[in-house]
Amino acid sequence: MANEKKFNLSSFLRSNAVMILFVALSIVCLLASGQNLNKVLGDLTGRMGRNIFIVLALIIPVVAGMGINFAITIGAMAAQIACLWTVEWGISGLPGMLLAAAITVPLASFFGFLIGKLMNKMKGQEMIGGLILGYFANGLYQLLFLFVFGNLIPLNAPGLVVKGSTGVANTIDLSTERGFKYALDDVWRMPLLDALYLVLGIAAAIILVMMLLKKIKQRRGLIIIGIMAVVTGLTFIPPIAAIFENISAPMATFGVVALLCLFNTALLKTRLGQNFRAVGQNRTVANASGINVDRVRIIAIMISTVLAGWGQLIFVQNMGSFQTYGAHEQVGLYAGAAILVGGASIRKATNSQAILGCILFHLMFIVVPDAGKLLSSDASIGEYLRAFISYGVIALALVIHAWSGIQKKKNPREALAVRR
Amino acid sequence: MSADYVLEMKNIGKRYGENTVLEGVTLQVRPGEIHALLGENGAGKSTLMNVLFGMPVIHTTGGFDGQVLLNGEEVHISSPSDAMTKGIGMVHQEFMLLPGFTVTENIKLNREMTNRNLVSRLLGKNMETLDMKAMSSAARKALDSVGMSIDEYTRVEGMPVGYMQFIEIAREIDKTGVKVLVFDEPTAVLTESEAEQLIRVMKAIAETGIAIIFITHRLDEVMEAADAITILRDGHLVTSIQKKNTSIIQLAELMIGRKGEAMVSVESRPLPQDQVALHVDDLYVNMPGEEVRGVSFDVFEGEILGIGGLAGQGKLGIPNGIMSLYDSEGNVEFFGQPLKLGNAADALRAGMAMVSEDRKGVGLLLDQSIEDNIVFTAMQVKKEYLSFLGPISLKNSRQIREQANRMINELDIRCFGPTQHTGTLSGGNQQKVCIARALTMDPKFLFVSEPTRGIDIGAKKLVLETLVKLNREQGMTIVMVSSELQELRSICDRIMIVSEGEVVDTLSPDASDADFGLAMSGIKPSEHKKEAMNNDNQ
Repeated sequence: MANEKKFNLSSFLRSNAVMILFVALSIVCLLASGQNLNKVLGDLTGRMGRNIFIVLALIIPVVAGMGINFAITIGAMAAQIACLWTVEWGISGLPGMLLAAAITVPLASFFGFLIGKLMNKMKGQEMIGGLILGYFANGLYQLLFLFVFGNLIPLNAPGLVVKGSTGVANTIDLSTERGFKYALDDVWRMPLLDALYLVLGIAAAIILVMMLLKKIKQRRGLIIIGIMAVVTGLTFIPPIAAIFENISAPMATFGVVALLCLFNTALLKTRLGQNFRAVGQNRTVANASGINVDRVRIIAIMISTVLAGWGQLIFVQNMGSFQTYGAHEQVGLYAGAAILVGGASIRKATNSQAILGCILFHLMFIVVPDAGKLLSSDASIGEYLRAFISYGVIALALVIHAWSGIQKKKNPREALAVRR
Repeated sequence: MSADYVLEMKNIGKRYGENTVLEGVTLQVRPGEIHALLGENGAGKSTLMNVLFGMPVIHTTGGFDGQVLLNGEEVHISSPSDAMTKGIGMVHQEFMLLPGFTVTENIKLNREMTNRNLVSRLLGKNMETLDMKAMSSAARKALDSVGMSIDEYTRVEGMPVGYMQFIEIAREIDKTGVKVLVFDEPTAVLTESEAEQLIRVMKAIAETGIAIIFITHRLDEVMEAADAITILRDGHLVTSIQKKNTSIIQLAELMIGRKGEAMVSVESRPLPQDQVALHVDDLYVNMPGEEVRGVSFDVFEGEILGIGGLAGQGKLGIPNGIMSLYDSEGNVEFFGQPLKLGNAADALRAGMAMVSEDRKGVGLLLDQSIEDNIVFTAMQVKKEYLSFLGPISLKNSRQIREQANRMINELDIRCFGPTQHTGTLSGGNQQKVCIARALTMDPKFLFVSEPTRGIDIGAKKLVLETLVKLNREQGMTIVMVSSELQELRSICDRIMIVSEGEVVDTLSPDASDADFGLAMSGIKPSEHKKEAMNNDNQ
């Protein structure tokens, strides 16, 4: 019995090594930075709102066996092209954002189609391919913004082109009357604590209904509701309530994220979703059963690219402005690192892993600079640590994946002794 | 046109470039019939099935000649999925199952039952939601019909191979409108009782009117299950007969046949039996596709031992395992000294050498010169052909050139000179370079694996003559593995036949075709005769 427990523990540690390491690191840094929890939570809420959508865009390609889709960078580029034109046309607010989202769809679908075509030519190397493709597309993107927009196709909106220089300005500002800063976030905001109560209330209601329909065991349901009640109770303790003070949650943004989670779940329950999973497990078998493997892979990448474009729109409407030539560059890296931190691998990823990973990764982003400053009395060390950790996480996840592939070799006699 | 046959393939011919692999082959299958398709490797069974399934490899190499008729009507099958919609199913030799899916999901793969929903009305069938309940009950029905009691919700991962085979069959049966089902070596991975169950299931399927094409090398199963039998040899139709008109011995004979005269004739001699050169006891080799499961044999000093058998039965695994090119386990004694398995260098140092069947992969460094190829192993393992300057070792070009020229002369390697790259040589000359490299190791014992594969007839003769010369003049012990029985019979002293990873029998090269045919299908000829006699007596 004890033996069995031990085995389970070690396999749990192995499969969640990245996440466990990250939780430990986050706690150490949080303590070291000595930051106010209220400030940390406020930062985290904001970062979650703007970053989580794009992390969720990575799930479908992982399920379809294509690994982390680093080519989402290109989806972000599509979104930025859409942004440029809505600003140029001066369509502001929510309509502007919706228009940008609409323009993103054909652009990102087309780019996704091309990416998918290319990835079908390099099966097994999709991740490195997507990464390099992102760098290459960056060149084309810059060509477009430096020489085509503003020169061949004139731009008239103030601030988009700097007089006397070539190409689109370095920064595109969305906080002017032509932009759509906070267009989505400001649709519906409420205090974070109230939002928490709301979510817990809805969850409790759903569980009660499921208990009544006997879809979930009575005991389990009661335990979950009990835990939620305790959590609710805790928020009434003043020091804990203080952590939540003055933080407002962008409910509309979170609502969109919830919809995306539902979309991911529902999609995997369709025939197409079943094809994604089949192709992800074994292309040969899928092909033999008549699934058009290449087509399924292209669809997966197209969906991911469009979602990534929308994710980038959510990001820029929250930031209020973006670096024309650089805002997309780290998108793939950060999103990829985030989902891996949540316990996903390059073969398996779920909504909850994406959400958990996003929370941990950005918590780290918030606390590391201060912790670094404290350790070395130099603020720039924090920036260094951020990049170091992002790449480190990805490298670690890849190494762990490679390890788990090397199973203990059976000796030939055992491996072959199944015969008559 | 008569529709007596559910499937007719008439006068099928197929060429890959200059190479004719099928010519004038006709296969006629009646509904509800179990039709066995027999033949050695390279007889054209797989090509015929590739034609039937419209595999891309057929279409991209210029199509085929002849007609395919389903229920008396000519059809053009463009792809495997087209074959599927036309009612031709396949139970694969290698499992086409997804380990992470449940039994149900596997049976219903790409034929999922779905419910319409809001989105699917807009975006089409692909967005319909899966109806797991209906899928499970259909899967249950299919599983019951093959006599499987396993839970349809379990994952395939980690199941015994026998189960997987039946799940595959359940999947094919579950397809509606299946007219013809192809079973490709279905019993190869099954235990005896599972194989019996499989044959019962096959008969039950045939009773429902589905025709079955049964590809196997086990003649006893053919006699038990089949109604009609078609035999191919060298891409030609040998015969098509009803089971009741034939016997297992006749089948074995027809399958092997005589293929022309021996290319090399060797005067017979008494088998050298003075000293055991190599003693192998209970050898297991995990070479994918050529697994060896516990073989024991002795090789006498000075003999040429042939190892024959059908492809995929493990004959290639034996030399590869003893030379430790694949994971292997067992007791091997070489001239009385135990040989540790696991490191190829040990076997080479002990005085064994091998000419690999994988000439271009393992055998040669294709973009290196002939002379470098010839001395490569000796240089690495025996530290010969090197000059030493303190800790630094350099290639000794003069010695290398001498050895290369000697080998080029002795083996008659046709080349521009010792510096020509091996990649530019013809297959036969590449093979001679491989042999030269093995000889440069100065071995007492030589494994030659498929030495004549892919080389022309003149070169074949030379290679075989070289082997005989090495054996007779230098007394080298040789073990030759080959799929070409005729070759083995022409130069070997004894021929060991391997089937399903085990040694069936060791035969004299003069044994009859029927004996070789029986042995290749895993039946020991002497035991079969005894059994047949007992039956007669009863």
